[in-house]
Amino acid sequence: MADLRAKQPKGVKLDHISKIYKDPKTGKDFYAVHDVDLSIEPGTFVTLLGPSGCGKTTTLRMIAGFESPDEGEIYLGGEPINSLTPNKRDTAMVFQSYALFPHYNVFDNVAYGLRLRKVPKAEIQQRVTDILALVELSGMEQRMTNQLSGGQQQRVALARALVVEPGVLLFDEPLSNLDAKLRVQMRTEIRRIQQALGITAIYVTHDQSEAMAISDNIILMKKGVIAQMGSPTEIYYRPNSEFVADFIGECNFLKGSIASAGAGQAAVRIAGVDVPVATEKSVRVGEAGEIVLRPEAIVIGDTGLLPCRVELSCFMGSYQNYHVRVGDTLVKITDNCPINKKVFKVGDSAYISFDKNCAHLL
Amino acid sequence: MARGQSASLDRKKLMADPIMMTTIVVLIAFLTLFILYPLAILLVDSLYGEGGVTLDIFQRIFQMRTFRTAITNTLKVGFVVGILSTLIGLLFAYVEVYVKMRKAVGGLFKVVSMLPVVSPPFVLSLSMIMLFGKAGLITRFVLGIYDNNIYGYWGIVIVQTLTFFPVCYMMLKGLLKNIDPSMEEASRDMGASRWKVFTTVTLPLLLPGLGNAFLVTFIESIADFANPMIIGGSYDTLATTIYLQITGAMDKQGAAAMAVVLLCITLAMFAVQKYYLERKTAATLTGKASRARMLIEDKSVTIPLTVLCSLAAIFVIMMYICVPIGALFPTWGYKFTPLTFKWFEQVFTKYRGLQAFRDSFVLSLIASPITALLSMIISYLVVKRKFRGKGFIEAVSILAMAVPGTVLGVGYIRGYANGLFHTGVLSGLYGTGLILIIVFVVRSLPTGTRSGISALRQIDKSIEESAYDMGADSLKVFTSVTLPLIKDSFLSGLVTAFVRSITAISAIILLVTPSYLLITVQINEFAEKGAYSIACAFATILILITYGSVVLMNIVIKHFGTSRIIKEVE
Repeated sequence: MADLRAKQPKGVKLDHISKIYKDPKTGKDFYAVHDVDLSIEPGTFVTLLGPSGCGKTTTLRMIAGFESPDEGEIYLGGEPINSLTPNKRDTAMVFQSYALFPHYNVFDNVAYGLRLRKVPKAEIQQRVTDILALVELSGMEQRMTNQLSGGQQQRVALARALVVEPGVLLFDEPLSNLDAKLRVQMRTEIRRIQQALGITAIYVTHDQSEAMAISDNIILMKKGVIAQMGSPTEIYYRPNSEFVADFIGECNFLKGSIASAGAGQAAVRIAGVDVPVATEKSVRVGEAGEIVLRPEAIVIGDTGLLPCRVELSCFMGSYQNYHVRVGDTLVKITDNCPINKKVFKVGDSAYISFDKNCAHLL
Repeated sequence: MARGQSASLDRKKLMADPIMMTTIVVLIAFLTLFILYPLAILLVDSLYGEGGVTLDIFQRIFQMRTFRTAITNTLKVGFVVGILSTLIGLLFAYVEVYVKMRKAVGGLFKVVSMLPVVSPPFVLSLSMIMLFGKAGLITRFVLGIYDNNIYGYWGIVIVQTLTFFPVCYMMLKGLLKNIDPSMEEASRDMGASRWKVFTTVTLPLLLPGLGNAFLVTFIESIADFANPMIIGGSYDTLATTIYLQITGAMDKQGAAAMAVVLLCITLAMFAVQKYYLERKTAATLTGKASRARMLIEDKSVTIPLTVLCSLAAIFVIMMYICVPIGALFPTWGYKFTPLTFKWFEQVFTKYRGLQAFRDSFVLSLIASPITALLSMIISYLVVKRKFRGKGFIEAVSILAMAVPGTVLGVGYIRGYANGLFHTGVLSGLYGTGLILIIVFVVRSLPTGTRSGISALRQIDKSIEESAYDMGADSLKVFTSVTLPLIKDSFLSGLVTAFVRSITAISAIILLVTPSYLLITVQINEFAEKGAYSIACAFATILILITYGSVVLMNIVIKHFGTSRIIKEVE
């Protein structure tokens, strides 16, 4: 098999990019994407994540060239590409709807880009065969696209984009049309292929678990601006805002005031109890403080840090789901392997506790 | 906040795509020159007299009693035809969608919806005269009435209603199919009778659609030229008055002003239809019915409705059949046997039929691929691309829908007889076959564009984007992806354009010169002279040609169409 590793993965730089749209209802202009400034290293897998309407797809389409930015410049491999049409850019996109050509069979679909590039026939044959083997579709060359399952169509779309060896591979919510099980399988597949080929990939999704599973870096967007950039662990454990914390998985927020501050550590007074939390932030005593806690980081027991009352107790199989009241605040807890533990009932009094390294001070 | 950069980048990207750029420029030039300019020159001509801008000409035509009567006549006919066509169309659509009926009845319906497509627009006037006129088969020989006068108001109303109601039927059928049956079932479940369901659920949902159908027919009726010409007698409508103003009174300036009035009426109706009713229709009836409708099997409902519709359908079909039969009788109204081919012979021996068919055929054959391709390109640009000037292209091609043929004809006379703006530039165009071809193209462009747009809207935008993204330029995207995907729509556009062109008359009759003989113009001439047998012979051959091409199209689509490739593998 020929070496399918990307000839030259390219980096992408968005230099203070903005895009303005007209609101169809009010007729007013608004920023669909506002001052997005980032750079993506060659060979990395980066995800643009956010709720619908956050500007992630618009950003991706600007990189592909389907939309033109109103401010800023886009660089691909160091070259400014703002004025290039999509067909002149070294990008290849995998579309949400797959966008396969229904009048071509699998082979012709994948060969489309190579034929445009006037690659010799024998080489097309070789490269298409190789890439179809990589996406595990060998032997399907002559099938029409509507004879394929959703997952297979997705693989054809991926092969068609990969075969032209683009400097950067763009994904526009490629898995949203697949069922849950296939989605998990395909995202692992995409990650495997991206790492095998060492290609640069930019991936748009609104599914936070998909983003965490697949990316080197996540760029979380909200209303056109970047809310936070970082590795999946950073974003999960060290969110910089309630929005980020809440968007990435289930989350509890405990509000109080700073009771003490020291090197790498602080204590927040919540419901009369000083709760220790590890932090690099410099905070001052008396300030308002808010702790972010993941449900799985909390332990419920007869003794502990903060007293609480159980309001919901629900067996979910792999875990017991609790809603407890701490002071005025509702706290969600997922307690794994409940069969080995005491199970609290609605109305019970209990205590919650957690490791100070698992809590994050906003 | 300024959107300047994206605009300038979009422009740059467009410049980097010379094929697309050229296409847009050529399109805009074509639309301006052959749709906008002729209309503009009408306005200029009728407002610009010797002493500068003046309303004299309008004053003059409004003082003519014949013109004022023509306006009321036109509106009266249009209104009644609109209502009757909508009602009959609704009846047919309701029966087809809601009532369980026999296969044979369904077949009748199909024939009825097909007939107006393949026949020249004025065939029914001929058969009306032959069946119900002074020497009418039914009036004289069945009913024994000897002095029935079919010419005039009722003649036009009946003929136009029978010609246009299938359009309403097709429109309303589509809407009724989109009503979710569960809404009606809910109403029935709560105790409503069938009639109550119809009046409280179905009808209110359909109301904007009915308004839409009414206005579409109204516009068609106002724009119709040939029927009032043949069966109107002394009852003149705007279209015929304008024609007579040019050919009879030789008053081109007056005709231009009249054309402006006619255009204003149709444009106003069109604006209401397009921007108010069509939107409302879409808002009330969106999406697909969730599942099949339980058809009405109650005999007390099905029998009267089916019988009524079948009778109406048979009547319409009989009217059409009357034309070829009429061409076989030795003398219509006097001598019915033995059947003879002498009229068909005379078409070719005496009346230069071969030249007429050749001219019509060749000109339409040239016009139809141009029309089909242009309308597909326009639809592609409108649906899939964004660029400056797109609004213009879309607006002008839609505008053309509302322009009556007579208005366009007068516009071409005023705009090209003495060259552009009467300067002599391009004056060589006038009187040539080329200008006839252009008229054919412009007249069929809106229909083609409309069907192209709806075909393209069904294709996911990202299919073309992905081709573009893979490195294909605009031409390659269009030829390798778009066109193959809408091949069926393209083929049917081709045939529709051909059929429309070869049966066209309203604009062409004003522009044709003695060097070209066109079938429709010939038929009109013979019908006016009362030579119905020869007119029927011409019309029969014409119907055979158009029907043949539709059949041919269906065969081609069946064997080579895209839908076959895609369906076959399912």
